[in-house]
Amino acid sequence: MYGSFRLVLQVLSAQLLCVWVLGSELTFELPDNAKQCFYEDITIGTKCTLEFQVVTGGHYDVDCRLEDPEGTTLYKEMKKQYDSFTFTAAKNGTYKFCFSNEFSTFTHKTVYFDFQVGDDPPLFPNENRVTALTQMESACVSIHEALKSVIDYQTHFRLREAQGRSRAEDLNTRVAFWSIGEALILLVVSISQVVLLRSFFSDRKTTTTRVGS
Amino acid sequence: MMLATPAARVVLILAWIYPSHALYFHIGETEKKCFIEEIPDETMVIGKYRTQLWDKLTDSFLAATPGLGMHVEIKDPDTKIILSRQYGSDGRFTFTSHTPGEHQICLHSNSTKMALFAGGKLRVHLDIQVGEHTNNYPEIAAKDKLTELQLRARQLLDQVEQIQKEQNYQRYREERFRMTSESTNQRVLWWSIAQTLILIVTGIWQMKHLKSFFEAKKLV
Repeated sequence: MYGSFRLVLQVLSAQLLCVWVLGSELTFELPDNAKQCFYEDITIGTKCTLEFQVVTGGHYDVDCRLEDPEGTTLYKEMKKQYDSFTFTAAKNGTYKFCFSNEFSTFTHKTVYFDFQVGDDPPLFPNENRVTALTQMESACVSIHEALKSVIDYQTHFRLREAQGRSRAEDLNTRVAFWSIGEALILLVVSISQVVLLRSFFSDRKTTTTRVGS
Repeated sequence: MMLATPAARVVLILAWIYPSHALYFHIGETEKKCFIEEIPDETMVIGKYRTQLWDKLTDSFLAATPGLGMHVEIKDPDTKIILSRQYGSDGRFTFTSHTPGEHQICLHSNSTKMALFAGGKLRVHLDIQVGEHTNNYPEIAAKDKLTELQLRARQLLDQVEQIQKEQNYQRYREERFRMTSESTNQRVLWWSIAQTLILIVTGIWQMKHLKSFFEAKKLV
C-alpha cells in the first residue's frame, strides 16, 4: 500500500519534471503581410520573459504584441528590431503573443524568439530539499547561471552575425548581376546610338541631293 | 526498483513523448510551418509535438483523431532532406546534425479528409530542444549512479562543451563571411575596370565608325 503510494509519487514527480521544461526558443519565417501567433498556458505568479530578434529581411523590424488571457495588451511595439520583456503572470490562462509583418509588402522576415516561463527544472526530483546547499553546490549553481548567460549572449551574437552575413551575400549577388547587366546595357546603348545616327543621315542625304539637282 | 512496474514505465514514456504544456500555435489544413535551427555539427535536436483538433460540438479543442498525422521534413544546410517521415497525431522526432548550419524543420498535416478540419484549425503543441537541453539529467544520474555534485559537474561540462561547439561554428561562419566579402571586393574591382574599358572601347569604336561613315557619305 505504502509502496504503491511512493511509486505514484515518484511517477508524478517524474511527470512534473517533463512538464517544467517550459523554455521555448524558435526561429521561423514570417511571410509578407502575415501574422503569426503563439499561445502558452501560464499559471499565476510565474515570472516570464519574452525576447525576440529579427534575423533577416527588409529593415529588420517586426511588430510584436503580447496579450494576457482576458485580451489586455501587456506589451505592444511596432517595427522593433530586438527587444526583451519580462513580466509576472497576474492571471491563470492562455497568454498569446503575435508577430506581425503586415506593414511590409514584399519582404519576408525571419524572426527568432525565446519565451522563458518560470525557472529551470531542478536537477533531482528531490524529496529532501529542505537542507541548504553546500558551498560546492552553490558554486555549481552560480557557474550554471553564468554559463546560461554566456550561451544566451552567444545566441544573440550568432543572430547578429547571421544578419551581417546575409546582407553580405545579398550584396555579392547583386554586384555580380548588376555589373553584367550594366555592361550589356552599355553595349546595347552604344550600338543603337550609332545605328540611329546612321539612319538620320541616310534619309537626309537623298533629300539634299534631290534639292541640289 | 520503483520504475520497474509497467504502469510507471508507460507513464514515463508518455511524459517523454508529450510536450505537456509547451508553446502551441494554429496551423491550417494545407499549411506548412517551418522552423529554422542554426546549429553546430554533431548537435542533437529533439522535437516533440502534440496535435488537437477543433470540435464544433463541444466548442473546444479535443485530442486529434487517429489517422490525422503530421508529416515532418528536416533539411540540412545543403537543402538535402535528412528526415522525411509521417508521424501520428503525437510524435517525437530526433536528429543529429552532421554539417554546421541552418537546418529547416517543416511540419504539415497529412489530412486528406476535408471534413476533419471543416474550416477550423489544428492546434499544434511544439517543443524543440537543442544540444545540452536534450540531456535528461535524472536519467543520466540513475544510469551512471552519480551523486548530486557529480551530476552538477556533468551538467556544467555539457554546457561548456556546447559553448565550445558554438564558438567553433562561429569561427567557421566568420571564415565564410570573410570569403564572401573578399569575393564582393574582387568582383567590384574587376567589374569596374571591365566597364571602364568597355566604355572607352565603345566610345572609340563609335567615333571611328561614324567618321568613316560620314567620309563615305562625303559629309566631312
